[in-house]
Amino acid sequence: MTLSMLNLMPALPEIFVLSLACVVLLVEAFSKKAAWAYTLTQWTLVGAGVITLFNADGVKTYAFNGMFVGDLMGDVLKLVIYAAAVVAVAYSRRYLHDRGMFRGEYFALVLFAVLGMMVMVSASHFLTLYLGLELLSLSLYTLVALQRDSAVASEAAMKYFVLGALASGFLLYGMSILYGMTGTLQMGQLIQAVDMTHPGLLAFGLVFVVAGLAFKLGAAPFHMWVPDIYHGAPSAVTLFIGSAPKLAAFAIVMRLLVDGLHPAVGDWQQMLAIMAVLSLAIGNLAAIMQSNLKRMLAYSTIAHMGFLLLGLLTDSYAGYSAAMFYVITYAITSLGAFGMVVYLSRAGFEAERLDDFKGLNAKHPWLAAIMAMLMFSMAGIPPFVGFYAKFVVLQALVGAGWLWLAVAAVVFSLIGAFYYLRVVKVLYFDAPHAADIVPSGGSDVRALLSLNGIGMLLLGLMPQPLLALCAYAIEVSLQ
Amino acid sequence: MEFTSLVFYLFSAILLLSGLRVITAKNPVHAALALVLAFFTAGCIWMLLEAEFLAITLVLVYIGAVMVLFLFVVMMLDINLEEMRRGFWDNLPVAALVATLMVLEMATVLSSGYFDYATPLAKPAGYSNTKELGLLLYTDYVYPFELAAVILLVAMVAAIGLTLRRRPGRKWVDPAKQIEVKRGDRIRLVSLAPQKPAAAKAAEEEEA
Repeated sequence: MTLSMLNLMPALPEIFVLSLACVVLLVEAFSKKAAWAYTLTQWTLVGAGVITLFNADGVKTYAFNGMFVGDLMGDVLKLVIYAAAVVAVAYSRRYLHDRGMFRGEYFALVLFAVLGMMVMVSASHFLTLYLGLELLSLSLYTLVALQRDSAVASEAAMKYFVLGALASGFLLYGMSILYGMTGTLQMGQLIQAVDMTHPGLLAFGLVFVVAGLAFKLGAAPFHMWVPDIYHGAPSAVTLFIGSAPKLAAFAIVMRLLVDGLHPAVGDWQQMLAIMAVLSLAIGNLAAIMQSNLKRMLAYSTIAHMGFLLLGLLTDSYAGYSAAMFYVITYAITSLGAFGMVVYLSRAGFEAERLDDFKGLNAKHPWLAAIMAMLMFSMAGIPPFVGFYAKFVVLQALVGAGWLWLAVAAVVFSLIGAFYYLRVVKVLYFDAPHAADIVPSGGSDVRALLSLNGIGMLLLGLMPQPLLALCAYAIEVSLQ
Repeated sequence: MEFTSLVFYLFSAILLLSGLRVITAKNPVHAALALVLAFFTAGCIWMLLEAEFLAITLVLVYIGAVMVLFLFVVMMLDINLEEMRRGFWDNLPVAALVATLMVLEMATVLSSGYFDYATPLAKPAGYSNTKELGLLLYTDYVYPFELAAVILLVAMVAAIGLTLRRRPGRKWVDPAKQIEVKRGDRIRLVSLAPQKPAAAKAAEEEEA
């Protein structure tokens, strides 16, 4: 075996991010200047984006003996992951400073988490998929726990770690059953080797795989960790967890269920349908009762993941690309919403209760307008992008003949609109809160947040380019 | 029954029993020792499967290094297991019911006989499992191998990031700063006007 057989070129972004993550570690250790680590992290992500952009040619290439696959779907998702990470790190700069978390390790761990997501996105082998997942999870557990003196954060990290380990165990057990059946761990070979003469055993392995995936997505009934971790983690970490990893989770669902286990589509369609309805119901109903904004957004995440599953279970190009569009726009919206929580928090004060946002319009009308735009988008009110995301998913769903699911999704979305609109009501119609809200962070963060909010509107007015890109990426990648 | 099957069932029984002891033992040291036994028996089963490298690694790494370290930690810490286990008996009925149901369901599916493979051919004499593993690990599986290395690096960063902290108020001195010190930092020369001691002054006045 020679080096050319390894075919390192498709994995160049991964190699770049790994090398620079190690440099970030060293820079902070020797210079003692965390600001350098911050700058280097941002440039690393931008550089990885440039490399990925030049590598993206729409041709499906395998590397490392079929363990790694580079295709357009992966490249698009990776680009969004870099962007989400850049924005998340930029939003949280001041927050980290105020809480003593502005350290080199934080940025190195963010880069390692991004590397884990990239590996997951490009995995075409059970082993690499699992290792990427573990790399991401380990980095996230540590990020949650990094604020050592906070009892809430430590508790959240512990819960996340224990439940995450359990879910990894489920996933591994399912994979081992599938390996026992087929004798291969590679998705491309698996799809041919899957034996439909033993549907019981196949479904058995599939159940464990789907349960593990559902946990990572945060879909009901494997959602119990989401509110506690979103609430307990430092807001800057919640901001990161709530955005980019959802894209990676979408990618591994596509790789495992569509690339690898497509012959068992009848089985996983039913499982996803049940999980989608449960997620929509639990997410939307439980969010109504929350008085903490982070917790409310956590439940809303569960509901959004239900919508994502609806797109995936249609088993059509339209459905997959709708799900991809949904997850990309959701990641951007979630960045904005949690970004606002981080921006309005300052040293010794967390703007995370709904009451803290009372009458924000009186003091900061522009911030209130951005927050309102984000909430409208999450609720799915036209002309914001959330409406189109929901619309294309429902369209695909009806096209595939799942009318009752579409009706259920619409009903639960209407229920969900209540709590998003309640936030808008709190912003505009409630008497200003006694404690004065002072935004932290510089004008650059303010500009980025404004862009994020206006982006919801712009993407909603012109969803076509992104929709077309998703549709094209799915079509070239699923040959 | 062949001799190897007999040995296999014997080891499996020991493995299951010791696994059970790990979670039921009252004394954490006993639990750790039961885990050592479980690892060792698992190593023996791997040896039966002719995976000698894995078997030896399990014994060397897990028993030799990890579990010994773990035993020390368990002995150092004062863990009150009774306190931690308070909810155990309350939750047992529900947990037992769910577990029994799951085991029965899994047994129904898995007993379909799909896993009845033909006995694999015996490897020729001089076949080295370790060599084959090494060849595969550094060629076909180099990507996952590197990823595993990255995960270990992250574990290291995490361990240091979570435990290392600089507490205020410690009397620690930076040696570099200590040798950089100048004479002027430590000694202040003050010129004082010459003065006579008070007693001598008094004597002088008396004389006068």
